[in-house]
Amino acid sequence: MSRSEARKRRSARRDRPRPARLSPLDHLRTGASGLRARPARVVLSALGIAIGIAAMVAVVGISASGRADLEATLARLGTDLITVAPGSTFFGGDATLPEEARGRIDRMPEVERTSQVEQVNGAKVYRSDLVPAGESGGIGVHGVGVDLKDTLRARTVLGEWFNGATTDHPAVVLGASAAERLGVTRITPDTLVLIGGEYFSVVGVLAPVELAPELDNAALVGQESAEKLLGATGDPSTIYVRTDPERTAQARDLIGRNANPEHPNEVEVSRPSDALAAGQAADRTLQGLLLGLGGVALLVGGVGVANTMVISVLERRGEIGLRRALGATRGAVRVQFLVEAMALSLLGGVFGVALGALVTLVFALLRGWPFALPWWAGAGAVAATVAIGAVAGLLPALRAAAQHPVEALSAD
Amino acid sequence: MSVREDGRGARDVPAVEFTGVTRSYPGGVRALDGVDLLVERGEMVAIVGPSGSGKSTVLNMIGTLDAPTEGTVRVFGHDVGALDDGALSALRARTLGFVFQRFHLAPNVRALDNVADGLLYTGAPLRERRARARAALERVGLADRVGHRPHELSGGQRQRVAIARAVVGSPDLLLADEPTGALDTVSGAEVMGLLRGLHGDGVTVIVITHDRELAAQAPRRLEVRDGRVVADSAAPLAEGVS
Repeated sequence: MSRSEARKRRSARRDRPRPARLSPLDHLRTGASGLRARPARVVLSALGIAIGIAAMVAVVGISASGRADLEATLARLGTDLITVAPGSTFFGGDATLPEEARGRIDRMPEVERTSQVEQVNGAKVYRSDLVPAGESGGIGVHGVGVDLKDTLRARTVLGEWFNGATTDHPAVVLGASAAERLGVTRITPDTLVLIGGEYFSVVGVLAPVELAPELDNAALVGQESAEKLLGATGDPSTIYVRTDPERTAQARDLIGRNANPEHPNEVEVSRPSDALAAGQAADRTLQGLLLGLGGVALLVGGVGVANTMVISVLERRGEIGLRRALGATRGAVRVQFLVEAMALSLLGGVFGVALGALVTLVFALLRGWPFALPWWAGAGAVAATVAIGAVAGLLPALRAAAQHPVEALSAD
Repeated sequence: MSVREDGRGARDVPAVEFTGVTRSYPGGVRALDGVDLLVERGEMVAIVGPSGSGKSTVLNMIGTLDAPTEGTVRVFGHDVGALDDGALSALRARTLGFVFQRFHLAPNVRALDNVADGLLYTGAPLRERRARARAALERVGLADRVGHRPHELSGGQRQRVAIARAVVGSPDLLLADEPTGALDTVSGAEVMGLLRGLHGDGVTVIVITHDRELAAQAPRRLEVRDGRVVADSAAPLAEGVS
């Protein structure tokens, strides 16, 4: 190649017109202009995306709110409670806790306080003597001490808990579902229930006890009157142990041996806060399913966006031809339709996040949960919709860019 | 200043130069058949001919919207067949202006922004695009219709908006494909007057029309038939004259 030829070629390259680059804002404006022209269609096709995103955001939000509620509950109830109950013997029979079990547990350095209850066998609870004997409602009777309420951090919804004076009176505090079954909705001095043939006056009703749900369907009577009137023996059926929160796990490992040194494996030790957390974890499967459904809705929404864009490209061949005549490169047309698809999808995404947050809020309010929606759910949803828009818009955008300007201009 | 092989400086390169241009389609249809054509800067040319004669193909070639299958098309010295999409687009954005029979205005977009879009692909910022669009609308006598949307305008006004869009970027060459085809006689005459005015301002204008009366107003008339130029009212200046 001669030198002059090379120079000529270079100068030809320099003379070659170079297309201007559109600013991102101009790309955005041009992409959005296609949406402004057809608002009804935009709303309908964005709706598909919105429903999918709303479903997924609501699932995440509701589960986060539930978790926040659980955390608040656990913070209130403490995770330092351990329940000690007799298990079964080596031969499969019912074991019992030794009488001294509570005393020994009390002496453990990790333990802060204990309370015990005794299930009174054979005592049945009735609203009055007119109720047929078979309809006891399965309500258990427990002898309890005054200290139980504080150990469990239980609350009364009606009346009051025992005080030192009422434990040896024929007085009873009902668990939440026991009260419901007995139809006790308010307490007057003559609100009585029949327990083991004796009338007990109802002094209080407990709110559901999250850490000891076995007490919800129970009638709690003072230990003294249980022994005096109902034949209780004084052997604990369950011991509730509050430990040093720092050493709960340690205490849990040691408690069995302390409660029953001869047969530590006949003692059933559990940490009720673990059960609450486990219940939450069990919801995960359902959550996964719901998320999957949301994903399917989102996919369908994405197909809707793609469909809208394909039609849009077909309808707007004249516009494409015009833009090419005005100097749009194939790339500029491609970007325009890609941006339009992404904007359409994003619109659905933003609306969906708002809808999902609203559903979460309403659900949380109805359940009495705190509202919680992790920021990544919103950000992820928005990012996902932009990506969906890009994928859905890719083929239509390529088609738009591939239009021959002359044919596009002459199309109807 | 770059120098062409034939010794002409860039300033006096012809606006359009066809050498043996053929455009055939798969299946053997020849829309153009060996056309030679020279349009100098500052000319106003009317292309006439029956439908299907190939006159639109000529205009599309000049507008770089279509490329010849044989021969070369040069627009302001650029060999259209040798340029890629980006270069052709840049040429259209800065050098060419188009006016169509069916206006091709964006519905529901006010006249100002329809015209401003004529500058979109030059990379000018929005503020400048709007300012120049306002001036262009003034130039076509629609200063008071800036905020009107196409459906609020008459056909003649719409075509004037389209002309404003074509000239807002001060193109060197204005191409009009049947600009009066969808208009009544009065509006058509107005539009032709406007195009003549632009020509008077130094813009090269090439207009397709089937109306011989309108074509007669152009200083030069080309007649196209069966893909060939069959008549040229004024033979262009001989090549090489400086």
